[in-house]
Amino acid sequence: MTILGLPIQVLLGQLTIGLINGSFYALLSLGLAIIFGLLNVINFAHGAFFMLGALAAWLALTVGAVNYWWALALAPLATGLFGIIVERLLLRRLQGLDHLYSLLFTFGLALAIEGTVRDIYGTSGLAYPVPAALRGPVDLGFMRLPAYRIWVVAVALVVCFGTWALIEKTRIGSYLRAGTENARLVQALGINVPLLVTLTYGFGVALAGLAGVLAAPIYQVQPQMGSSMLIIIFAVVVIGGLGSTMGTILTGLTLGVIEGLAKVFYPQASSTVVFMIMVVVLLLRPAGLFGKEA
Amino acid sequence: MTAQSLPQAPLTTPALSVRDLHAWYGHSHILHGISFDVAPGEVVALLGRNGSGRTTTLRAIMNLVGRREGSILVAGRETAKLQPHRISRLGIGYCPEERGIFASLSCEENLLLPPRIRDEAMRDDEIYALFPNLLRRRDAPGTKLSGGEQQMLAIARILRTGARTLLLDEISEGLAPVIVDALFDLILKLRELGFTILLVEQNLHFTAPLADRFIVIERGKVALEVEARDLEASTAAIDRLLGV
Amino acid sequence: MNRLAPLALLALAAILPFAGVYPLFLTKCLTFALFAMAFNLFTGYVGLLSIGHASFFGMGAYIAGYAAKAWGMPTPIALLAGIAVATALGAAFGAIAIRRRGIYFAMITLALAQMVYFFCSQAPFTGAEDGLQNIPRGTAFGLPIGNDLVFYYFVLALTVLAYLFIQTIIAKPFGETLQAIRDNEPRAISLGYDVRTYKLVAFTISAAIAGLAGSLKAFALGVATLPDVHWTQSGNVILMCLLGGMGTALGPIVGAVVIVLLENQLGSLGVIRLGVVSIDLSTKAPIVIGIVFMLCVLLFRRGIVGELVAILGKRGLAAETAPSHTS
Repeated sequence: MTILGLPIQVLLGQLTIGLINGSFYALLSLGLAIIFGLLNVINFAHGAFFMLGALAAWLALTVGAVNYWWALALAPLATGLFGIIVERLLLRRLQGLDHLYSLLFTFGLALAIEGTVRDIYGTSGLAYPVPAALRGPVDLGFMRLPAYRIWVVAVALVVCFGTWALIEKTRIGSYLRAGTENARLVQALGINVPLLVTLTYGFGVALAGLAGVLAAPIYQVQPQMGSSMLIIIFAVVVIGGLGSTMGTILTGLTLGVIEGLAKVFYPQASSTVVFMIMVVVLLLRPAGLFGKEA
Repeated sequence: MTAQSLPQAPLTTPALSVRDLHAWYGHSHILHGISFDVAPGEVVALLGRNGSGRTTTLRAIMNLVGRREGSILVAGRETAKLQPHRISRLGIGYCPEERGIFASLSCEENLLLPPRIRDEAMRDDEIYALFPNLLRRRDAPGTKLSGGEQQMLAIARILRTGARTLLLDEISEGLAPVIVDALFDLILKLRELGFTILLVEQNLHFTAPLADRFIVIERGKVALEVEARDLEASTAAIDRLLGV
Repeated sequence: MNRLAPLALLALAAILPFAGVYPLFLTKCLTFALFAMAFNLFTGYVGLLSIGHASFFGMGAYIAGYAAKAWGMPTPIALLAGIAVATALGAAFGAIAIRRRGIYFAMITLALAQMVYFFCSQAPFTGAEDGLQNIPRGTAFGLPIGNDLVFYYFVLALTVLAYLFIQTIIAKPFGETLQAIRDNEPRAISLGYDVRTYKLVAFTISAAIAGLAGSLKAFALGVATLPDVHWTQSGNVILMCLLGGMGTALGPIVGAVVIVLLENQLGSLGVIRLGVVSIDLSTKAPIVIGIVFMLCVLLFRRGIVGELVAILGKRGLAAETAPSHTS
C-alpha cells in the first residue's frame, strides 16, 4: 500500500522518527520555557545539560556499573543538582541586570562544559547500549517498530503531560504561574521566591538531563549533541511562543513530526524546515503560535 | 506645617515603626526620611498628592523598591535587611495598588496562594463566609473577575494568611459606589476585630470616618500628622498640602 | 584624552610591523577588530543582542573568496561582492528578526544564522568541510597586496575608514536617535520616530561592515571555512566586545586583539605542567573562552575600555561617557 508514491512502512517509519525527535524537542523546549517563564533567563546551557545527562548515564554504566533504569532516575537528579549549584552560586548574581547578561553567562557556561567534555572524551562519541529489556522490535501488524523508540516517546509524553499537570493543576504550579507573572509580588505575599527560582532552574535542567538519558542509546553520547539540538529548540520556542505550557509541548511534538515527514519528501531541506517554518511564523504571527507577548 | 513630634514612648510595642526611611527607584530618590509609628489596632491613613511617595512608602516597608535605607520595625523586629517573603511572614499583608490578581490563576488559586502564617488565622470557610461572592466565582480565571471582585480577593487572600497588620493601597480607586460602601463596611469590621491598618487613599470621604490618625506625605517626607479628633480643624492645612 | 587614545592606537598599529610583529598576525587582528566594531555598532548602540553575526562575516568571506578564486574578479570587486551579499543578508535577517525584541530577537538571529550554516555546509561552492582554499590575493588599485606588509597597511587603511565612518554615524542625529530608542523605545515611538527602520538600517550597516571584515579575512588567510559561519564565531565576537567594552569606541578593537592573542598563545604554549598534572593548552581554547565569558559577565561587565574610562573619568582625565550598554 502506498501513499503519495511511498510505501506506508516508509511513511510510518519516518513519522515515528519524527515523533521521537519531537519528543526530545518537547522535553527540551518545556524545560527551557519553564526556566524562561520564572527566571527570564534564556538558558543557553540547556543543550549542555542535555549532553551531561547522557554523559552521566554513560559514566554511571562504565564506571559504576549502574544500569539504564537507575540512570533514568539518577542522571536527571545529578544534572538538576548541578543546575541548582550553578543557579544559586552564579546565575543569581545576574538577577537584576539586563537579561542578555544571563544569556551570555549561560553561553559561556555551555562553551566551557562542552569544551571540557570534548577535551576529555574526544569528538567521536561514546557508545551507549539499548537496555536489554527494550531491545528488538515490536510487531504492530502492519509494521514493526524498535521497542526502545516506543519507550522514548511514551516516557516523553508521560513526563511532558505530567509536568503540564504539575504546573496547571497543583498548588506549587500556581506559585510558578503567579511567579512568572509577577515574582516580586508573589514574594511579598509570603512565598520564598528565591528558593522557587532555584528549584525551577533545577527542574528545567533535570528535564534536559532526562532527555539526555533517553537520547543516549539512540544518538550515542557526543559532546556537540547539546548545541546542535539547542539551536533547533530555540526555533521551536520562537515558533510556539512562550505563552502556554501545552502550546510548547504540542509545538515540539508537531515540529518533530513535520521534520520527519519532510525527510521523506525532500531530504535536503529537512534540517532547515524548522527554521523555514520559524521565518513564516514570524512574518505572520510574531508572538508565536501560542505566544502572549508581542 | 513641619514634621510633628512623635507620640510619647508607647506603652505597647508599635505594630509598625518606621524611622528615617529613604527609598530609591533606580537613581530616583523618592523617600527622604519618613518616620512614623502605627500602634497595634490603629488605623492610619497616608494622604498626599500623586507622586508624593505614599505608595512608595508601603512598597518600601515590604522591600519592593530598588533600594531602601533606614529602620523598619515590625512588632519590634528590624526588617531593614529582610527579603519580602520574610517580612510578610512577620504578619504583614500587602494589597498593592494594582491589586495584583494573577491572570493565569483561578479566583480560588489566587485566594489560596499566600501561605498561612499562623494557625489561628481564619479558615477557608470563614473567609468564604465573609466574602460569599468569591465562593461563587471560585473557578473563574483571574482576568475574568470584576474590579470589585479583584479588590475583595486581594484583601481576602491576605486575611486568610493570618496577617494582623494590613497595608492597603488605594482600595477604593475606580470602583462603583456600592462596592466602595462594601469595602468601607469591611474595613470597619476589621478595625473592630483589632487589625492594624495602614491605608493609602485619595478619597478623604472614605478614610475620614475610618482612620484614627492621618499622615500627610509630601515630596517623600511626612508633612503633617493629625489625630482623628483634630481632623476638622486641620482640613484647611490638609487641603493645601493635597493641592485641592 | 578621548581624542588622543585612537590616534595613539593608530600610531602603534602603524609601527608594530617594524617592531618585529608578523604583519599577517596583525592583519588577522585587524579583520577581527573590524568584525567586532561592526557588531558593537548594532548591539552596543541599539542594545539588541545578535547571536548570528558570524553569518555575515562568513558569507562575506565565502563570497569574496569565491568571486576572486572561481570567477577571477579583481580583489576590490570581490570585496564589494562580499559586502553586497552580507548587506543583503543583513537586510533580510533584520527585517525578520526586528519584529521581536530582547531575548526573542537574539534567538531568531541565532536560528537564521544556523540556516546560513546549513546552507554553507551543503552548497557545492563552499567546499563544505574543506572550505575554500587558496584564495588569491591579487592586487588592489595597483598595490602589490600579495606582500603581507603592503596588505596589512591596506587593511589598516580600510579599518581606519570604517572606524571613522562608524564614529560619524553614531555622532550624528542617526546615532542619537538610536540611543534614544535604546533608552526608551515607547517614548521614541510616541515622538514619531520610525523605530523599526532605524534598527533595520543599523543592523544592515553592521552586517555590511561584518561582511567587509570577513572578506578581508578571506584574502588575509587565503581560506574561508565553515567555522567562519558557526555560532561559536558569533560567540567570539560577542566576547571581544564584552571584554573590550561594549558600546565604547575602542573597546571592540582592544577586545579583538586580546582574544586573537589569547587563541594564538594557547596554541603555542602547548603543554604545561602544574605539579603532577600536565595540561595541553592548545586544545583548551573553547574552555578558556567559555570561562573568560562567564568571568566577564559576572565581574567585568564594563570591559577593559569601559573600566579604563571609569577610572580615568574619576581622575578627570577622560570625559566619562558611560558605555552605551549599561549594566
